[in-house]
Amino acid sequence: MRFYEYESKALFAKHSLPMGERAVVKTKEEARAAAEKIGGPVVVKSQVLSGGRMKAGAVQFADTPDEAAEKFEHVLPIVVNGEKARSILIESKSKLVQEYFVSVTWDGRRKLPVLLFSDMGGIDIEEVAESHPEHLSRTHFSTFLPLTPRLAKEAVGKTGVTGNDLNRLTPIVFELAKLFLEYDLTLAEINPIGKLENGRFIVLDGHVDMEAEARGKHAGLLKELGIGDDETRQARPPTPFELEGARLNAVDHRGVAGNVVEFDGDLGLIIGAGGGSLTLFDAVRNHGGKPANYCEIGGNPSVGKVCNLTKLILSKPGVQKIAVMMNVVSNTRVDMVARGVIKGCIEAGKDPGEVITIFRIPGSWEEEGFKILAKHGVEFCDRSVSMYEAAGRAVAKLKAS
Amino acid sequence: MAGMFIDVQVDDAVAQDRDLSKKLVDVCAVDIFAQSEDGALQIVDKNLDECVLCDLCIQAAPDGKVRVIKLYES
Ligand code: SF4
Repeated sequence: MRFYEYESKALFAKHSLPMGERAVVKTKEEARAAAEKIGGPVVVKSQVLSGGRMKAGAVQFADTPDEAAEKFEHVLPIVVNGEKARSILIESKSKLVQEYFVSVTWDGRRKLPVLLFSDMGGIDIEEVAESHPEHLSRTHFSTFLPLTPRLAKEAVGKTGVTGNDLNRLTPIVFELAKLFLEYDLTLAEINPIGKLENGRFIVLDGHVDMEAEARGKHAGLLKELGIGDDETRQARPPTPFELEGARLNAVDHRGVAGNVVEFDGDLGLIIGAGGGSLTLFDAVRNHGGKPANYCEIGGNPSVGKVCNLTKLILSKPGVQKIAVMMNVVSNTRVDMVARGVIKGCIEAGKDPGEVITIFRIPGSWEEEGFKILAKHGVEFCDRSVSMYEAAGRAVAKLKAS
Repeated sequence: MAGMFIDVQVDDAVAQDRDLSKKLVDVCAVDIFAQSEDGALQIVDKNLDECVLCDLCIQAAPDGKVRVIKLYES
């Protein structure tokens, strides 16, 4: 769950990270008044969840309050990656002598948080990693052992930063790592941290992503930041397809069938179980397939719920066929999912035998499920066919059609 | 009307028995049975395909009086 920059900064401010004076505004008059109050040059920044603001011209600079008002009017209507500005952040513009980068995220391979630090901030960090790897440090840390400032100092020091700079950057980096753990974040990033002419450091731009499952635990913080319960806060606003999927999932409490993310491919996916969704999605792509959606099914969804999800996916423009695949399931009833997808296909006016490329759900009541699939001419397989192989069959069948 | 996958048939004598009808309504977890105001049993067609094949309705009624039919086996 992504935070807007102004929310990330409100969180940073709670933890006393140093930042310039700033105000969130929604009108031209507010922009002028904010710039006047801040005094001196300001930055006028669109508040969107996606990246690419600078490229889109949605970050501008103004030397006077009148210019800030003008720039407000210029920035507000700019659509960044399909997203309109929620508000505009007016912030004091600082003269910098150097920029730094710090980020805390999860290293999925090591299954540990990793602290990334670079003394080449303000630019694409992937580019730094590729062209100047000696300027980027990676420091893993434990979620069990106490976090110490020493770890932050090591991370900064590894890039060659010494003396006063090292001492002043360490508490900022340490605080960010603490925030990451305390609020169950999946990303806490400051890019850049700016070094001012007087030797002080300030946070110039920041991003925070919170684990969606942790919303309940941090309900107090979210309320304080003004984040509503209904805001999904993905990297982009949900599409009508995704909203409808969430609605279908919510109207029936039984199981999960409807957490969809839209992509522009031609193979609809009904996938899930114990990490199965991600594995199967990747497997489809690995075989050269183009998923039309990501989705999660699990628990014991009703036939009606699976039927509605199937119809939704089949109604998506560009979807030619679907693949129904899960990891080995213990509680999801294979026969109930089989009934649901077949019913969905028929109600959508399609022949299940034609439109379902493969059905691979090994688990409870699979014999019963296989009878239903066989009756409707749907290709199915059991656990002797791996998820990877099943995904390959689905892609091959779509390509051959 | 039968579902796409499941049909449930109940003998008239059972359908007219208020107590037995209530029992069927109680045991079915997916609301396939309902009672009309006069207590007679009704089959909720739109829920037929949700039948989880638990057989509780079959056990609740005298032998052979309630039948759950898997249409995909015919
Ligand atoms: S078998 Fe179970 S789910 Fe099906 S109708 Fe009878 S009681 Fe309901």
